[in-house]
Amino acid sequence: MSLSATTAPPSPAPPPPDTAPRRRGSLLNRFDLKYSPYLYIAPFFLIFGVFQLYPMARTAWMSLHDWDMIGEHTFIGLDNYTALLSDDYFWNALVNTFGIFLLSTIPQLLLALFLANLLNRTMLRAKTFFRMAIFVPNVVSVAAVAIVFGMLFQRDFGLFNWLLSTVGVDPIDWRNQTWSSWTAIATMVNWRWTGYNTLILLAGMQAIPKDLYEAAEIDGASQWRQFWQITLPMLRPTFIFVVILSTIGGMQLFTEPLLFGNGSVIGGNQREFQTLAMYMFEKGIYNLSTAGYGAAVAWAIFMIIVLVSLINFLLVRRSAK
Amino acid sequence: MISASQRLWRTSPLTYVALVMAALLSIYPLYYMVVISTRSLDAINDVPPPITPGGSFGDNFGRVLENDAANFLTGLVNSIIVSSVVTIAVVITGSLAGFAFAKLRFRGRNVLLLSIIVTMMIPTQMGIIPLWSMMQTLGWYDTLYAVTVPFLVTAFGVFMMRQYAMQAISDELIEAGRVDGASTFRIYWNIVLPALRPAAAVLGLLTFMEQWNSFLWPYAILTPENPTLQVSLSFLSYAYYTDYSQVFAATAVGTLPLVIVFIVFGRQIIGGIMEGAVKS
Repeated sequence: MSLSATTAPPSPAPPPPDTAPRRRGSLLNRFDLKYSPYLYIAPFFLIFGVFQLYPMARTAWMSLHDWDMIGEHTFIGLDNYTALLSDDYFWNALVNTFGIFLLSTIPQLLLALFLANLLNRTMLRAKTFFRMAIFVPNVVSVAAVAIVFGMLFQRDFGLFNWLLSTVGVDPIDWRNQTWSSWTAIATMVNWRWTGYNTLILLAGMQAIPKDLYEAAEIDGASQWRQFWQITLPMLRPTFIFVVILSTIGGMQLFTEPLLFGNGSVIGGNQREFQTLAMYMFEKGIYNLSTAGYGAAVAWAIFMIIVLVSLINFLLVRRSAK
Repeated sequence: MISASQRLWRTSPLTYVALVMAALLSIYPLYYMVVISTRSLDAINDVPPPITPGGSFGDNFGRVLENDAANFLTGLVNSIIVSSVVTIAVVITGSLAGFAFAKLRFRGRNVLLLSIIVTMMIPTQMGIIPLWSMMQTLGWYDTLYAVTVPFLVTAFGVFMMRQYAMQAISDELIEAGRVDGASTFRIYWNIVLPALRPAAAVLGLLTFMEQWNSFLWPYAILTPENPTLQVSLSFLSYAYYTDYSQVFAATAVGTLPLVIVFIVFGRQIIGGIMEGAVKS
């Protein structure tokens, strides 16, 4: 029964003189005020708990077991984690992930910083056009990016090899060497994310008070000095945010290397570009008998993310002091 | 000599050169995709590479439709269904919870809100292995339930709606509703939801794009018989790796609708992203 029954304009028949509906109304009203908020947040917590939070906790539980999906599982404590430490494929995936992470994050953030600084000029014409143009790669799906760049990086008729041939460099078999596959994958990541980071940094720059620059200008500071002594220090919180986001993304890199290797979760013949997330897939989902081990890889990734974020956070903080 | 404030914000031609180059590099791969998707198969081996679109898109896309290794049409329809359902749900659940957190008083509010913010930091990939076996147990393997139900809510959606509701809706407005005897749900429906519309639109656009582009989880849980668009694209690209005009025709059809949506609503999307960045 809705409350509006007591407040709506009277219908043809006058309301009954009986007071019961009103009492009931106020009871409903009290219930409404006190408990209905829980109804509004319930859908979120229900679905979030069952399908996101619980699986994460269960990953931790699984990682302490010799677990296969058929139903056999024995508690083995931290054995999966100690096994990881002497697992060459895990270390290989770790090195690959870091290699690609560095090759993508560093140029990407430098370029984003540069572009954001250019876009921050208030006199710029066609501002919206430039912002949209550099952001458009982020709208494209990772799968599409990987497919398009996969072709650009073909050995025999790829555009990059053609460009190299015009300056006399022999064609590179991008998928067959560690450094070349890392470069190719990092290029896809850079293309997709530079614009996004530019916009976030730009937002941070626009929050910096303009009079700081005007004062510096009157003191005769060059644009370059203004950038170093005003923009960069003031941008620190935004920069930390961007670095941590890139770390989370970089440590979980999966789709680009997967599609670059035609869907193989191994990442190249010699695992040249198998990332940690691919290794987690290989152990936890492609191979049902090692789900517990895969879960340990998943938690290792999470711990690495926390660790790298922390190191970055401290570095960025210190360097600015 | 020019004055200080003029000097401060002047834009040199080099700035434009750099920006135009950045814009070209951003757009070129997409343009290249369109060029190849409209060219006949043998044009791909041309040296130098073709730079203008051709007239073979129909042929190429026809081959996509006939190709039963990837079920492109099924993927397209599935993606439309999944992305739309998830978008509507995220906006509704996000605005309901966001409204409650911003404007209603209840025990445990701060702790619950904090728990949402903390879990936003944990990558959802970390739960993928148990989630995969959960889906087997539920009998949802290779069904649209598996790629829809877990994503009907997002912590980001709740958080974004809460932030917006805090500043866009005054407490007096809600009090006025109460004095008029409206129930909380009526207040949500008639006062809060209309006021949240701008934020809901941005959240909806971002959610739709994210779902449309989602790859990892659908790839893990769906088969080529019943894919989403992105999963279909990936299988198409493995199976017909040398037929690039076919693969690119499919990729273009899967990509360009979003690019067009972006061109139409780009201002709002970029505004939303930049605003979110400053607040967080």
